[in-house]
Amino acid sequence: MVVESAEVLRDFPDAATLRRDFPALTQSVHGHPLAYLDNAATTQKPEAVIRAEGEYYRRDNANVHRGVHTLSERATAEFEAARAAVARFIGAAEADEIVFTRGTTEAINLAANAWGGANLGAGDEILITELEHHSNIVPWQLIAARSGAKLVVAPIDEDGNVPLEDFSERLNSRTRIAAFGHVSNALGSVNPVAEMTRLAHAAGALVLVDGAQAVGHLPVDVGGIDCDFYAFSGHKMYATMGIGGLYIRAGIAADMPPWQGGGEMIRSVSFENTLYAEPPHRFEAGTPNVAGAVGLKAAIAYLDNLGMARLAAGEDETLEYALEQLRSVQGLNLVGRPAERVGAISFTIDGIHPHDLGTLLDHAGVAIRTGHHCAQPVMEHYHIPATARASLGLYSTTGEIDQLVAALNEARKVFSP
Amino acid sequence: MMDSELAALYQDVIIDHNKSPRNFRELEPPRREADGYNPLCGDRLTVYLRVEDGHIREVTFQGSGCAISLASASLMTEALKGKTVNEAQALFTQMHALLTDRNGAEGDVELGKLEALAGVRAYPSRVKCATLAWHTLQSALEGEHESITTE
Repeated sequence: MVVESAEVLRDFPDAATLRRDFPALTQSVHGHPLAYLDNAATTQKPEAVIRAEGEYYRRDNANVHRGVHTLSERATAEFEAARAAVARFIGAAEADEIVFTRGTTEAINLAANAWGGANLGAGDEILITELEHHSNIVPWQLIAARSGAKLVVAPIDEDGNVPLEDFSERLNSRTRIAAFGHVSNALGSVNPVAEMTRLAHAAGALVLVDGAQAVGHLPVDVGGIDCDFYAFSGHKMYATMGIGGLYIRAGIAADMPPWQGGGEMIRSVSFENTLYAEPPHRFEAGTPNVAGAVGLKAAIAYLDNLGMARLAAGEDETLEYALEQLRSVQGLNLVGRPAERVGAISFTIDGIHPHDLGTLLDHAGVAIRTGHHCAQPVMEHYHIPATARASLGLYSTTGEIDQLVAALNEARKVFSP
Repeated sequence: MMDSELAALYQDVIIDHNKSPRNFRELEPPRREADGYNPLCGDRLTVYLRVEDGHIREVTFQGSGCAISLASASLMTEALKGKTVNEAQALFTQMHALLTDRNGAEGDVELGKLEALAGVRAYPSRVKCATLAWHTLQSALEGEHESITTE
């Protein structure tokens, strides 16, 4: 009803209000208020996350899963509570389906090494797409070289989408795993991950989804996607750097050998025979980033409190505004026109190299990423060495977009005096 | 409006050489050449040299990159033509100091228009853009990765 929805909107804090929760956003850069539009690289952290990690170190710090003393019990409880929070946040059925890692890159390396090392052989195929970040290409190349498996790449179309028929055509009885991004870091394209998963499963392959660019922007439901692995980073969802995770569907992890050896991942060790712990601890050798996990739990609480669906809707409005405003800049070319877009807009400007643009914008207080975005195959697809990329977060305002557009117009004047 | 630090980086001479790079072509053999690549930003240059009797008779370049790297390469080719190999080495050393040394270049080599590149010192992430052409030149002179064609 109209009245109800108006009330919902009124009660929901706008981006300008949410910004106040993020201390780093209140600063000036080169005399201008900071317009932080590099959220696809990393998001800023709310006070709640910074405080949670500080409190952990002030009060609870101890190593986990080994001491019987009070602090160790507290740290262990916090760490495992964070695992449960992550599981619930991304729709996993069990907390034990979540392995903590340093981030998405380590999560994909874990899957490629532990699962791939045990399950891939000569003649097998690994299917990825042309849209992938290097971290969802190189780990598979490494395991392919070791196992004799072949890396197969599904192409993208001119708009930056992965056409399902091209993806489907490359699936066959030799495909053991399909690995693809949920959202492209370079173009912002959203892949139809549930449909791609269904196609891969029908061909008998497992599925890994790289969720680095999705978790902070969309409600994620691994159960709904039905994927077997889901990799993500905490620092792209308002938690700190050095914590992330890999969802491994129950039943798959049990047959996966460890990929790193050390403490924490064993049941018993002797020189003759070492028994490994059950998942997820089997894949968490060494002292984990407990403070990072505590911060991740705080970030999830922050996001849950606001509601991911509402955050996504708000961010989408700002993204649409940004697209409309950028189209008004003379000489600006949008790179990719994905059917569905989240978070990021890549573009070039005639006559100005993206790196010069990055420096010029920085002097106007606008932080964007310039370069190949660790997605060189995407750049090659468009025959360009680099792009400028503006990427949004929950605190991005239309005012920041106006600041970006004004700075782009100024930059054009510098280069066409 | 550009602030003064930015204006020092993007001087008119840089903008001009970016827009119309000088000696921007492949050199016919015989020649020396070397490729320079900055994997961080994707800038890619090839420097071509014709050295006769210890003198640089011709120097050209091709490639793609930001305004700083293109202007640096373009200005370099202008400065080098007719210099001896020893003079070119001295210029390399002087330019390296100009671009990386906080105290600026101290030496007796006249830099002329090349002084316009001094602004990058304030931008640690952009220094490599300006030095790329010079390192590529060095490798062409030293013959590290050169491919000498005598046809």
